Amino acid sequence: MASKRKIATCSLAGCFGCHMSLLDIDERILELLELVEFDRSPINDIKVIRGMVDIGLIEGGVCNAESVHVLQHFREHCRVLVSVGECAVTGGIPSMRNHHSLKACLEESYIRGIGVENAHVPDDPELPLLLDKVYPLHEVVRVDYHVPGCPPSADALWYVLSALIAGRDPRLPTALLRFD
Amino acid sequence: MLRDDSPPDMERVRQILETHERDPGELLQILIQVQHAYHFIPAEAAELVADHVRVTRAHVRGLVGFYSFLSDTYLGEYVVYVSDNITDRMQGSEGLATYLCNRLGAKLGVTRADGLASVHFTSCTGMCDQGPAALVNGLPLTRLTRLRMDDVAKLIQARTPVAEWPAEFFRVEDNFRRSDVMFRRPTEPGAALRAAMRRGGDETLKEIQYEEAVDPSSGHAWRRGADETLKELYRSDLRGRGGAGFKAAIKWETCRDISAPERYVVCNADEGEPGTFKDRVLLRSYTDMVFEGMTLCGYVVGAARGILYIRQEYWYLKAHLEQVLARRRDDGLLGRNVLGTGFAFDIDIHWGAGAYICGMESALIESIEGRRGKPRKRWPLPVVAGLNRRPTVVNNVETFAAASMIALKGGAWFAGHGTTHSAGTKLFCVSGDCERPGIYEYPFGVSVREVLRDCGGLNAQAVQISGPSGVTISQLEFDRNLAFEDLSTVGTFMVFGPTRDMFDVVRNFTHFFRHESCGLCTPCRVGTSLLANLVDKVAAGKGSPMDVEEVRKISQLLKTTAHCGLGQTAPNHLIDSLLKFRGDWDKRMMVTDFAPAFDLDAALQEARQLTDRDDAAAHL
Amino acid sequence: MSPDTRRTFLLDGREIPFREGQTVFDAAMAAGVYIPHLCHNPDFEPHSSCRLCTVIVNGRPFASCTQPAVAGQDVKSDTAELNEMRRSLTQMLLVEGNHYCPSCEKSGGCRLQATAYALGLQDNHFPQFFPLRDVDASHPDIILDRDRCILCGLCVRISRTVDRKNVFAMTGRGIDTTIVVDSPTGLLADSRVSREDEAVQHCPVGALMMKGEAFTVPIGERPYDRAPINEDSVAQFQAREARLHG
Repeated sequence: MASKRKIATCSLAGCFGCHMSLLDIDERILELLELVEFDRSPINDIKVIRGMVDIGLIEGGVCNAESVHVLQHFREHCRVLVSVGECAVTGGIPSMRNHHSLKACLEESYIRGIGVENAHVPDDPELPLLLDKVYPLHEVVRVDYHVPGCPPSADALWYVLSALIAGRDPRLPTALLRFD
Repeated sequence: MLRDDSPPDMERVRQILETHERDPGELLQILIQVQHAYHFIPAEAAELVADHVRVTRAHVRGLVGFYSFLSDTYLGEYVVYVSDNITDRMQGSEGLATYLCNRLGAKLGVTRADGLASVHFTSCTGMCDQGPAALVNGLPLTRLTRLRMDDVAKLIQARTPVAEWPAEFFRVEDNFRRSDVMFRRPTEPGAALRAAMRRGGDETLKEIQYEEAVDPSSGHAWRRGADETLKELYRSDLRGRGGAGFKAAIKWETCRDISAPERYVVCNADEGEPGTFKDRVLLRSYTDMVFEGMTLCGYVVGAARGILYIRQEYWYLKAHLEQVLARRRDDGLLGRNVLGTGFAFDIDIHWGAGAYICGMESALIESIEGRRGKPRKRWPLPVVAGLNRRPTVVNNVETFAAASMIALKGGAWFAGHGTTHSAGTKLFCVSGDCERPGIYEYPFGVSVREVLRDCGGLNAQAVQISGPSGVTISQLEFDRNLAFEDLSTVGTFMVFGPTRDMFDVVRNFTHFFRHESCGLCTPCRVGTSLLANLVDKVAAGKGSPMDVEEVRKISQLLKTTAHCGLGQTAPNHLIDSLLKFRGDWDKRMMVTDFAPAFDLDAALQEARQLTDRDDAAAHL
Repeated sequence: MSPDTRRTFLLDGREIPFREGQTVFDAAMAAGVYIPHLCHNPDFEPHSSCRLCTVIVNGRPFASCTQPAVAGQDVKSDTAELNEMRRSLTQMLLVEGNHYCPSCEKSGGCRLQATAYALGLQDNHFPQFFPLRDVDASHPDIILDRDRCILCGLCVRISRTVDRKNVFAMTGRGIDTTIVVDSPTGLLADSRVSREDEAVQHCPVGALMMKGEAFTVPIGERPYDRAPINEDSVAQFQAREARLHG
C-alpha cells in the first residue's frame, strides 16, 4: 500500500463546527483513515506539526497574534493549505466584532460589562494580543483552496479531501457549494 | 460666520430661494449658494430647499453627499482647498498644506474647534501652470510658497475678509505661450454669427418673420444660413475637443433632425481632467468666441437655450462671464431677437460643485437637472434625449470656440490646418517639469518632442498625455504625434523630469480615481478602492509581485466592465506604468511571494495601547 | 431575406429570436439562456450598474440589460473570460459590504448568494472592507440592514416609479455610497414606507426585509435550495413572458 497522506487541522477564531462536520462523514472516516494519517489536530491533541504534511485544514478566522503564528506555522508546513468554513474564508461570525473598535469590545467585556469585578483589560504577556479586526486566512497567508459553508457539509469536506488525496481538482461542484 | 450650537438663522436661505424658481433643476445652484453663505448646508436649510424645489430631503442629502464642495458639517469661516494634482504635489503642495495646518493649529480635513477654518485637499483646481494652488472660500490662490502661507495664516487668524486680501494672491495668468491660427486674437463679437447668417445670401438680415425663417421649406435666407453653416462645419471636419473626438457636424445635424419641441446647447466647461486648464483661459480671454459658438449651434440646430456648465473651481470668472453675457444681450447677440432676425437664444450658467464625473456628458446633464452627477444608461445618447430628455448638443469649450472661427473663416480654411484625420489646431495645457508651463496652440499632428522643446522640458523621462485617464509616454515615444490618429487628447500635457519617481505619479492618479468614482457601477466603485489600496501597499514596501498581478487583473476588469469612461480609463495609467516604468514599482518590492493584505504588526497597535504592552510577543 | 428582417442574433453561436425593442438580456432569457445579473429585475427599468450581465457584442463589451437587440449581431456571454469577470464582480460586492450568510435571514433566498453559487464562487478573493454601516430597525414591519446592501438601486427606483413615495435615495460617492431614507430623522419609522410598498418586496439581498418572517422556510426548501438561480430566473422570466406576451 502506498504511504499515507499526512493531514493537519486546527481551529483559529472558530467554533469547531467544521471539525464536527468532518466527523460527520460517518463510516467514511474508516476509509479516510486508510488513506491519511493525522498530524497536528485537535482530534489527537498533537500541538505542533512535525516535518511537512500534505494537507492542512484550518477553520476559523484570524483574530489575534497566536492565530497569525499558528496560521504561518501551517503555511510553512503544509504543501496544500485549505481554508475551511465561513470564518476562515470570510472572517465569518467572529468578524461581526469588526463593527466595533477593539477598545469598545474589550471595555464591554472587561470593564463595563454586567457582573465584571476587578475591572481591567487583561494585559498578561501570556495572553496573545488581539488584532484590530478578525480577518479571513487568505489575507494573512497564501491559501490554496477554500471550502465555504457554516459548516461545510460532511459531503463537501469528504469531496475536497478525497479529491486532494487522489490528486483531483478539489473545487466544489455547485450542488455542494453553500455559504450557510 | 461664527457657529455656535443655536440653529443658524435661515433668513439668508429664504433670500436665496426667492431668486430661484421652484424647479428641481435649480437645486444644485441653490445648494451652492447656501454652501457659500453658511459654509455648510444646515439641516434646516436642506429642508427649506427641498420644500422649495419639491424634492425629498433624502434627495437633497444625496446631492450634499455627492458633490465635494457641499458639506453637511460646518467647514469654518475660511475654507481652504489645496489642489492635489500631481503637478501641485511636485511643487510641494503636500508640505504646504501641512504647513498651513500647523500655522492654523488645525488638523487636515477637520474644522478648527472654534470654527475659524478648515484645510482640505481637492482634485486639481486647474492652475497647474502657476501652482501650487489652492482655493480659499472659493477663490484661487496661485504660486503658493511657505511665505505666502504665512501671510494666508495671518489673514485668517485676523479674520480679514477674503475680499480685502492682496489681489496679487489671486492673480491668475493666462500664460498663453504659443498661438497659431485659431487664437491669434479674440474675434470681433458677433462677426461669426453675422458671417453664418449671411451664408444664406441675405446681407441685410433685417425684417424677417421668424416663423417663416425657421420653416425648413421656406428656403429663406435665414434658414439657408444655418444649413450653409452646418455644411461649413462638415467641410471643417471639426472633431470634439473634449478628448473623444466625435465629429461636431454629425452631432449638430443629429440634434437638428430629431423631431422635438425644444433642443438645448450645452457647453461642457467642467474641465476636471487633472492637468487641464485651457477652458479657464478661453473663458477668460476668448469668452465671446465660446458664447458665439454656442449661439451658432443654437442657430444651426434650432435651440433657444444654451447652458454653460462650469466647474466651481472657476468661480472667480463668474462676474466676468455674467458681464460678457450681459454685454452680448445689449449688443443683440443674445436674447429674443438675435441680430434682429427674430432668432431667440440665451445662455445660462450652471455651476458644478466638485465632481470629475460631471465632465461625462450624461452625468453633466443629470447635474444640470439638479441630481447626483451619475452617468445615465448608455442609450439613448444625449444628442437624442439629453437635457429634459430633449435633443441636446454637448460640446467642449474649445469646440464651440473653433465652431465660431469656422463660421467666420469657412470649413476649408479650418481643414487646411492639422492632419488628415485631425483638422485644425489644438490647445495644449503644459505643466510639470518644464521651463515655460502654460497654453500652447499647435496644429494637430505636432510631435511630443516639439512641444517639449518649446516649453523647455526636453530632458523629461515621461509625459502624461490627456490627464490621468490618458496615456503615459516614455522618452522612447517622444516622436509620436498629438492627433486623434495617434495620441488623442483633451490637451493635457504633464511633464515629468528625469529624477521623478513615476510611482508617485501612479499613486496620485489612483487616489484621484478612487475619490472621483461616482459609485454607480460595481467595478469602478469597488475596483478603484481596491487599486488604491494595492498601490498604497506597494508604496509602503509591503507589496509583492502577486499584488502587481492583482493590479493588472482589476485594471482589465475595469476596462471591460465599467459603466462609463471614468471607470474604463481609470486604470490606463497603471497599465502604462507597469509596462514602461516597472523599475519604479520593482524597487519597492520587499517580498517575492505572498505579502499579507494588511500590516500585521500595525493591526496589533490598538491592543498594545489598550494593554500597555510592548514585549516581544506584542509584535508580529 | 436581408439581415435586418431576420430578427435574430447570435448568442454564443446560438440563434436567438427577438421582438422589436427587446434588449439582448430579455431576448436571451426568453430563449432560455441565463445571463447572470443582480441589479436588474425584469419587472422594472434596467439600471446597468452591477455589470454582471456584461456581454461582448460584435467585439465590444456592453451591459446586456440595456443593450438593444439588433438583428445579426454576434453576442458572446458564456465565455471563460466573462464568467471570470462576473466572479470578480460578485466578489467585489461581497467584500465591500458585510455579508454574514450563516446568520442572515435571506440565506437561501438571496440573489447575491445564489449568483455566487451559480458562478462557482468559493471565496471572496479580495481583502474584506469591513465597512461600518448603519442598521435601521426602527420600523415596526421593515428592517434596513445596510451591511447587506449591494447598491443595486432597486428600492430607490421602485419607490420612485411604482410606489411614488421616493422613500429611498443614495448619498455619498464612490465606495462611500449608501442608501438613505427620506424622513425627518432619516429613520424608516418616520418615513412614509409601509409593508405593502413594492420597494421593500424586491430587494435581491437581505438589506430590506420584513420583520417577523425570518426563517419561516426550512433549509432545503428555500427558493434557491429548490432550484439554482440560473434555472429559477429563466423559468420566472419565461412565465412572465407568457403572461405578458403569451
